[in-house]
Amino acid sequence: MANVPDNLHYSKDHEWVRVDDGTAIIGITDHAQEQLGDVVYVELPKPGESFAAHESFGSVESVKAVSEIFTPISGEIAEVNDSLNDEPEKVNKDPYGDGWMIKVKMSSPGEVDSLLTAAEYEDFTKAEE
Amino acid sequence: MRYIPNSPDERAEMLQQIGVSSMENLFDSIPADLRLRRSLNVPDALSELELLKKFDTTATRNPAANRISFLGAGAYAHYVPTIVDHLISRSEFFTSYTPYQPEISQGTLQAIFEFQTLVCQLTGMDIANASMYDGSTAMAEAVLMAERVTRRTKVLASSAIHPEYLDVAHTYVQHAGIELQHCAYSPEAGTTSHDLSNLDEKTAALVIQSPNFFGCIEDVQALADKAHAVGALLIVVVTEAMSFGLLKSPGACGADIVVAEGQSFGVPLSFGGPYVGLFATREKYARQIPGRLVGEAFDTKGRRGFVLTLATREQHIRREKATSNICTNEGLIALASTVYLETMGPRGIEAVATQCAQKAHYAARKVSEIEGFSLPFSAPFFNEFVVRAPADASTLLKKLANEKGIDGGIALARYDANRPNDFLVCVTETNTREQIDNLIDGLKYLTTKTQRHEAA
Amino acid sequence: MITKVTTHISPNERLIFERSQPGRMGFSLPPLDVDEAPLDEIIPREFQRDDKLAGMPEVTEVDVIRHFTRISTWNYSIDQGMYPLGSCTMKYNSRLNEKVARIAGFANLHPLSSEEEAQGALEVIYELQQHLAEITGLPGISLQPAAGAHGEMTGIMIIRAFIDARDGKEKSAQRRTMLIPDSAHGTNPASAHLSGFTVKTIKSTAEGLTDLDHLRELCAHGDVAGLMLTNPNTLGLFERNIREICDIVHDAGGLVYMDGANMNALVGVARPGDMGVDVIHLNLHKTFSTPHGGGGPGSGPCCCTKELEPFLPVPRIVAQTSVSDDETDNHRLKSGPLRLDFDYPQSIGRVKAFFGNYGMMLRALAYILTHGRDGLREATEAAVLNARYIANALVSDYDKPFASDPMHEVVFTDKRQARKGAHTLDIAKRLIDYGFHPMTIYFPLIVSGAMLIEPTESVGRLELDQFIDAMRAIAQEALEDPELLLNAPHSTRIGRLDEATAARKPVLRWKPKESHSTAAQS
Repeated sequence: MANVPDNLHYSKDHEWVRVDDGTAIIGITDHAQEQLGDVVYVELPKPGESFAAHESFGSVESVKAVSEIFTPISGEIAEVNDSLNDEPEKVNKDPYGDGWMIKVKMSSPGEVDSLLTAAEYEDFTKAEE
Repeated sequence: MRYIPNSPDERAEMLQQIGVSSMENLFDSIPADLRLRRSLNVPDALSELELLKKFDTTATRNPAANRISFLGAGAYAHYVPTIVDHLISRSEFFTSYTPYQPEISQGTLQAIFEFQTLVCQLTGMDIANASMYDGSTAMAEAVLMAERVTRRTKVLASSAIHPEYLDVAHTYVQHAGIELQHCAYSPEAGTTSHDLSNLDEKTAALVIQSPNFFGCIEDVQALADKAHAVGALLIVVVTEAMSFGLLKSPGACGADIVVAEGQSFGVPLSFGGPYVGLFATREKYARQIPGRLVGEAFDTKGRRGFVLTLATREQHIRREKATSNICTNEGLIALASTVYLETMGPRGIEAVATQCAQKAHYAARKVSEIEGFSLPFSAPFFNEFVVRAPADASTLLKKLANEKGIDGGIALARYDANRPNDFLVCVTETNTREQIDNLIDGLKYLTTKTQRHEAA
Repeated sequence: MITKVTTHISPNERLIFERSQPGRMGFSLPPLDVDEAPLDEIIPREFQRDDKLAGMPEVTEVDVIRHFTRISTWNYSIDQGMYPLGSCTMKYNSRLNEKVARIAGFANLHPLSSEEEAQGALEVIYELQQHLAEITGLPGISLQPAAGAHGEMTGIMIIRAFIDARDGKEKSAQRRTMLIPDSAHGTNPASAHLSGFTVKTIKSTAEGLTDLDHLRELCAHGDVAGLMLTNPNTLGLFERNIREICDIVHDAGGLVYMDGANMNALVGVARPGDMGVDVIHLNLHKTFSTPHGGGGPGSGPCCCTKELEPFLPVPRIVAQTSVSDDETDNHRLKSGPLRLDFDYPQSIGRVKAFFGNYGMMLRALAYILTHGRDGLREATEAAVLNARYIANALVSDYDKPFASDPMHEVVFTDKRQARKGAHTLDIAKRLIDYGFHPMTIYFPLIVSGAMLIEPTESVGRLELDQFIDAMRAIAQEALEDPELLLNAPHSTRIGRLDEATAARKPVLRWKPKESHSTAAQS
């Protein structure tokens, strides 16, 4: 059973958001990494690039599949988890912690309110199956 | 039909077993009005004997195949050691499929890994793929890759690149949103002009060929520096792969992508194909490279094997966002090149390349001594050079073929109407001194004969 | 009980670089017979290679023979037995075709030889073109593309060029959508993209065929340039509404492209040209038996209607006078010499240097002439019969998602086996232990856990029965002892490879070990 921590926001594209004083930390959920299998490569943007909500900011690759990843909120990339270049398996082992992908300076902090709660996300993934 | 293992009786039995009344009924799902009501209008079957006779006879209508030849321009006559064909004719190599199931394809996979390594060594680059269709399509794919990597849409290609390669590149980019511009070559030197006014920050790549279509060696390092100064990539194209044996590798001169035609390495001329495209680049572009890649891998018992890897770049996974649409490539031809290169080894490749250069320069010296003949380009060359005749080259070469049984070169008028008297000569290790001397004598004879006739 | 194979010892062999010993050589070359000039005088020093080709292997001829012979024994191949790979058509690669391709008059012919002196070579191209036109029912042909995907790109570019010419640049800019079924091979959308099209996916019905309503819906926007489909489709089913499909697309102003990968179900029985298809590509390395060679070479001729002919790649091989079209056995193909014609101002251009993979054309022509009109049809019948035979036998043990009778290939899923934990991948790997190459797996994408089986006509009844028995045994194992499948194959030189690590830290070439010359060493 995939892990869905309570204190996070979720998108229907299987990303999670943790808000930390105007900065959003984003990654993919446990459910997503399970579906993908062993992650072999993560393609991430550069700090300074800007994205609108629901825009694709990169991709995650396993051996036999590739998935685009979409940012749930708008803003400018403040930081990128470069350690994923050498250790993409962090996304599998610790998707909510060490497997974080980008930190975004939110341009419209109100956007998180339209994201899913943990419970809503759990229901959503169950319905998808 | 002897290729079908089940006899007609056996097939009838099988039909019965599955409850189908006749062969015709197997096609019930095809609407009746779409089914052919007649047999195909193709000939009746030929026996082996008849078939071979037919093809042998047809082959006699290719007198050019048996002639002494100095033809190059993208396809080269080199000697292929006997063992190459023997090894690639092993069932396990030529009747096997793409190695998608690595446990039973390690022969193919290891051979490709060796091929990739050899291509890196020869080109001086970090990674190479398992092959493209040929040099021309490899160049087109390199152009597409440069756009992906730099996100710039202008590409500059030297007019000293093989004209057929340029044609193919234009076809590939016509709907890709890429503007392919040409840059001039120096009429005196025969190499790409260094005055590259349209090389700027909008340029994704500068594409050059070295040795170029005229056989001239380009200053790859200088051109690499110019490209890099504006943030563009340098793509180097090589049609005569044997030049890798003697010339500094494009990788050592700053190239970002190297593509080549590998036909010189153990592949017969075969009227233009199948050949093999080599494609090599820097490690940082590993995920942008088109084509298949074989990588090292280990099983749970720690045994080393090889496997197709980084497949997420390819069409079967990334579909319309793939780095290329290529699927089937030139596996067996790449194997032939691998066997060739491993048989020849570094000393062999060096020796063949050196002989090509020495013989070509001997021929060039002798040609330039013939009255009325000159070498229009001053740049150094490897084994191909342009000759300027005192008369129409196409006519001269035709006479040379008919009267002396020698294919002396390729008339450049075939590609450029402004060069009626120029022809491209290629000399390889297979051309003997006697053949070269006969070429010289033939050219001398035919042009003085013409002059004598004209004087009379 | 595994009857087809027995485990046998197989030689180990390292990389050739690991065999290399300085000083070994495997080549012979006559001595230089011309006056030797100092190298620096003919090639300036700064252009000369200075690394002595370091790292290239130094081995003897015997080393090379042993090396490749040993590693070849690690491969499965058609000559060894059945390859049930769906959509690959792994049929017998005739040795006679190999002999033909090696005839010196073809093998030694330079592509830039004058046309007059290469008439034999041009005849082969011309004749093959005629036969393929007859087989497909489409008169326009180019043999220039070097593989199926290349032929696809060519065909889609032809569609693009036709629409640009018909509608004018401005109007045609509205038509940039290419419709592709959800069951299509990945090269289809990739090729569409190369021609500047965006892809829209068409759904399949529960029966596995193109959803006509969805097609009509997508065609209603006026932006459809064309439809790419495979027929029979990648589920092995014939699109019986093909005429209507073509009409819908044509009425909407688009063209129909057919992926000819599955022609092995149609040769001599039905023709794409008669179905209303505008342009197709063929795979000579599938339907026409040219060898797969471990990943190529292929050849992907592009065939089209008369209307699309002006857009074909150049050069075209044409006869001076017209073809005599008589139906008698003395099939006259041309009169007058053949020549290269570049005069097609609307051509999409060249797609490859020279003429295409010529050696494969020789083989394909030999294939057609060896089979003859009756043999070609016989092969198609035998191919479909073999697939139907397997379908009939396996339906008791495996889930067959579509009820319709398949043509030359059939798809099953792992639904029943997956209940106990064994999936398609595991079934495939276990099949290796039984002495077979696995079928195509996880394609087409619309079938979960797909196993696509295409025996071709080149498999005898005994081997078909062995395959069926093996699949049945594996189905049984999946229920009783799934571990056997999960850890399969057990009998090969290496087991399942860790592909994730291989992709994370790719090692794509051999590198020499660093020389031990650091100060710390002393």
